[in-house]
Amino acid sequence: MSGVGAKDRDDVESRSEMGTGDDVLLRVRGLEVHFPLKKGLLLDRTVGHVRAVDGVDLDLRRGQTYGLVGESGCGKSTLGRALLRLEEPTAGTVELDGQDVLALRPAALRSLRRRMQMVFQDPMSSLDPRQSVESLLTEPLRAHDVPGGPQAWRARVLELLEVVGLPASAAARYPHEFSGGQRQRIGIARAVALSPDLVVADEPVSALDVSVQAQVVNLLEELQERLGLTYLVIAHDLAVVRHISDVVGVMYLGVVVEQAPSDELYSRPLHPYTLALMSAIPVPDPAAEDARERILLTGDLPSPADPPPGCRFHTRCPFRQETRCSDEVPRARELAPGHTVACHWAEDVRDGRITPRADASDPTATREVATGS
Amino acid sequence: MSPAGGTPGDLRGGGEKGRAEALLEVRDLGVEFRRRGAEPVRAVDGVSLSVRPGEVMGLVGESGSGKSVTSLAVMGLLPRRSAHVTGSVRLAGQELVGMAPRRLAALRGDQMSMVFQDPMSSLNPVVPVGVQVTEVLRTHTGATRAEARDEAEDLLRRVGIPDPRRRLKDYPHQLSGGMRQRALIAIALACKPRLLVADEPTTALDVTIQAQVLELLRVLVAESGTAMLLITHDLGVVAGLCDDVTVMYSGRVVETARRRELFGAPAHRYTEGLLASVPRLDGPRGEPLRPIPGTPRDTLPWSRACAFAPRCAYADVACADPGMALREPPELGGGHAVRCVHPALPAAAATAGAST
Repeated sequence: MSGVGAKDRDDVESRSEMGTGDDVLLRVRGLEVHFPLKKGLLLDRTVGHVRAVDGVDLDLRRGQTYGLVGESGCGKSTLGRALLRLEEPTAGTVELDGQDVLALRPAALRSLRRRMQMVFQDPMSSLDPRQSVESLLTEPLRAHDVPGGPQAWRARVLELLEVVGLPASAAARYPHEFSGGQRQRIGIARAVALSPDLVVADEPVSALDVSVQAQVVNLLEELQERLGLTYLVIAHDLAVVRHISDVVGVMYLGVVVEQAPSDELYSRPLHPYTLALMSAIPVPDPAAEDARERILLTGDLPSPADPPPGCRFHTRCPFRQETRCSDEVPRARELAPGHTVACHWAEDVRDGRITPRADASDPTATREVATGS
Repeated sequence: MSPAGGTPGDLRGGGEKGRAEALLEVRDLGVEFRRRGAEPVRAVDGVSLSVRPGEVMGLVGESGSGKSVTSLAVMGLLPRRSAHVTGSVRLAGQELVGMAPRRLAALRGDQMSMVFQDPMSSLNPVVPVGVQVTEVLRTHTGATRAEARDEAEDLLRRVGIPDPRRRLKDYPHQLSGGMRQRALIAIALACKPRLLVADEPTTALDVTIQAQVLELLRVLVAESGTAMLLITHDLGVVAGLCDDVTVMYSGRVVETARRRELFGAPAHRYTEGLLASVPRLDGPRGEPLRPIPGTPRDTLPWSRACAFAPRCAYADVACADPGMALREPPELGGGHAVRCVHPALPAAAATAGAST
């Protein structure tokens, strides 16, 4: 165990040294995606904005996996789509190998998309049911006019099927003939068809059966090694993200509240939201389940159209303090190598000088629920 | 109405002898879907399980395992025309299989109720939440409109919905996912049922909201003596909430045990494989996961062999046994039954640790 820890620490150090080096494939600064809220039939007045992504900085290093976690509505999917300009960002910069993605005109963007691909959550709705697998996999080759023509494409399709672990006979079949896991393999084959550098995978396994999820996770890792891919994996399952990621970012209401190397984040979470998230995940181990102390959050996610002032998490934070939290936006601060956290009180939370407020416990914990006769 | 449950929670975890009598007793339940011009499909085959007051039975399985059909059969909610139900389902001694629809309807919502996975499709979108809660109360208890409204407000408060008086007037789409699921639980609890069947009650929710809802269910069961049948695919939820666990595969029970026994010494190769394949927050990192090969669709009919055999690393000719029964190997703790000819049995020395 200690050996592993030492190795990881070396990793962390070497990473932070290389921080500004050439190994950054994708650099994101101050990214914002705001959706206008319209009202009125004729005048179409804009009455506000849904701030889905509201100022995010990310560095995706070549050959590594960045895991993005958060709950539904936190903006993680919008962020993933914005990197590929499937949504248009309203501010900020995205650079792929130093090239400004957001400034590209449509034709240039199209050719850049060869290098950035996406794997979607539900392969049933992302694959055209009327196209055979061969046709589905040939489509990206044809669209980007990969040299060699139909014959080379056909060979490439068979190669892709082999890479994702499907038989060659799959080429003539249609998506509905496959199980969920196999369909996701087709989706992955399509994403890697053009040998991209970056693959954004949005909830790649959450629609799959438990026993099949591991197969797809293993496939993603194999492909990364074989093809030298860089991943951005977006997921709500923290255990999967921990397993697959080198660096993990935690999003809440449009901002990244904490970011750290995977092992560091899971062994020493600092942000109160991360703490709550970790404590909420059920673990398949009765002893651990009985022993653990849950930090239950109150209420729901606030509306991203009207985010709370100050720290966005302060309305639900069990560690909330009287000062700063509600009126001062916390900046991301680096408390350990590569470990940044956006919380005013992170050190005090870490060292136990602040404890969760008693009144922050969930209202459902009231002592007389339901059917007591 | 008869008093609800009434078993103190401190019987939980007691020895096999000290446990209360089962409230729900399912024996040899079978469900076959028949369609003209098609082979009948046997979705559930010889399922037996029992749930005691104040306890939670977890029913675990993947898609196609028959866990949801089992729960619908218990509630008597399967279509009579196409689903042929055999065996016995007894609620406090009353036989539900073959009961007249009218009598069954009188029990549902009153003695037993159900929480579904997706609150958006089980709440009526054009009726305010309050009306949907009071409807149950007025149907089963004959309460007046005003009484029912007060009771409904109280229910919503108890399941943790803030400002319940205002929320009663809201339509389902005005509530968040977690709030909707709470409203659904409030409806299910309105008449203080003795049995609560929850089919994936938290699967559609985020983890922090899931934790809130699970806590609510935990408190409910412990304090009111409700018996709960929890259907889920999430082993983590099972580990935290259930007293007993029944694992289903392809329509049959393949393993059943007390919670700690099942997780401590999974005996069926499917259970074992399932537990080994999920990444753990507290496990080692950097090694590939160990998935179960194939998919839940690669099954054999039980009438020929073990349905899991095509995916099982331990399968051999002995697995082609049509009469494979659930049995309790002496190496495992009492009440730990498995349907497998090559079960994973703990080494004699390790048994002590697993059975505590």
